[in-house]
Amino acid sequence: MSEKQTLMGMNGDESVAYATKQVNPDVVAAYPITPQTIIVEKLSEYVADGEVDYEYVAVESEHSALSNCVGASAAGARAFTATAANGLALMWEITFIASGLRLPIVMAIVNRSLGGPINIHNDHSDSMGARDSGWIQIHCENSQEVYDASITAWRMAEHPDVLLPIMVCLDGFTLSHTMENVLTLPDKVVSDFVGEREFITVKGHMGETELRLNPDVPLTFGPVDLQDYYFEHKLHQIDAMKQALKVIPEVDAEYAKISGRSYDLLHPYRMEDAEVAVLGLGSTMGTVKYTVDQLRDEGVKAGLVKMRVFRPFPSSDLVDALKDIPAVGVLDKSLSLGAPGGPLFEETMATLYHLPKKPLIANYIHGLGGRDTGPQLIRGVFESLLEIKDKGEIGDPMNYVGARP
Amino acid sequence: MSTRKPSSKELPIGAVVTKSSMEYETGDWGVMKPQTDLEKCTQCTLCHYFCPEGAITMNDDGYPEVINKYCKGCGICAEECPVKCIEMVRTK
Repeated sequence: MSEKQTLMGMNGDESVAYATKQVNPDVVAAYPITPQTIIVEKLSEYVADGEVDYEYVAVESEHSALSNCVGASAAGARAFTATAANGLALMWEITFIASGLRLPIVMAIVNRSLGGPINIHNDHSDSMGARDSGWIQIHCENSQEVYDASITAWRMAEHPDVLLPIMVCLDGFTLSHTMENVLTLPDKVVSDFVGEREFITVKGHMGETELRLNPDVPLTFGPVDLQDYYFEHKLHQIDAMKQALKVIPEVDAEYAKISGRSYDLLHPYRMEDAEVAVLGLGSTMGTVKYTVDQLRDEGVKAGLVKMRVFRPFPSSDLVDALKDIPAVGVLDKSLSLGAPGGPLFEETMATLYHLPKKPLIANYIHGLGGRDTGPQLIRGVFESLLEIKDKGEIGDPMNYVGARP
Repeated sequence: MSTRKPSSKELPIGAVVTKSSMEYETGDWGVMKPQTDLEKCTQCTLCHYFCPEGAITMNDDGYPEVINKYCKGCGICAEECPVKCIEMVRTK
């Protein structure tokens, strides 16, 4: 039975901050950058108002913000940070270290296009650039999902079988600065749900000890790890990502019991008899849902698969969702310049390649630099997919939706 | 001598170090070793502080002693000694 909840008017950034306040981690180290700024402002206000007791570290750069979190997390603290775009780019070096040292840091990414040319608006070029760094990535469609993921992320990251950092991704401005209704749980329910951080035991050079820095039983984190060991430690991370595919739905199921809101790795929508379907991430999926409903009213068998968890990539769920669909359009909100397609497109192609019968798959790059992707553009994507389905072939799979040629 | 290296499953996660650096004997790395002329030594202890490996201790009489098990033979002690009482000698 779900708990009594309070409806609040919050934008995406406020949802991150409010959930994080309720979680009350030990350390917050962050540097403000548009459109993440509201998170940093709120989290420091909570400190000034005495509503939380986390250590707020006002760092001088994003590189320091994440480095601070690495140190705090290694010492056993719950560490939180948030950034966007070029801020994440400046953190890039440390993203690999946080994951490699298996530190369950939670970071909100308020997705913004990566300059240059300078642009403060939304696309996914920042988090896509960090997709190989060993962080779990959850992409949110609306502020409710942002609030919920900002709570569940801690349990996923800290699970003994996972121990990986998590990025909770929300679209800049579209979510970060747009007021929405968000159902919130009581503080106590959140703190009971996240509980205390637990530690696994490892055998270090002073014997068995918890995996954290402790002067009584010293442990060395981050040593030089050369040809003879580095590869084995990467196998550990590969396994952790596999485990995360099991752990994330378990944590979501437990959260559904208290919140009444269920989440999955993938969310198929009206896919039962779909002939054309769109796959994508983030806030655009709300617009696609709206368009799918309209098309269904007109008799078009349209469907949607929203990918909520992009890392680890939910391959087997994706195969189940798409294998029988004649034509699939992959919506990418980022580029991999010089590559055969956008990142989500390429990974979808790789996942479905081995199937004996597979959909025709085209790539629709959209929304770069915050370019608005309204229902008319999504309708155009479905029209293009219907044409592909009828013809039975794809010419050039690359389409740049809403760009002036 | 070859020793079997641990499998991925045997290693602790997080790449934490499983052996103490005390067991990591770096003394066979170099070809030179410091040799100290205690007649000239003023017991200033600079060699002890400059040694990057912590391989020079000061004994009860206040004179430096090189721990050859860890000394890499870098020669920093000889370079820094103000009375030039340390000489690097080829041992291999």
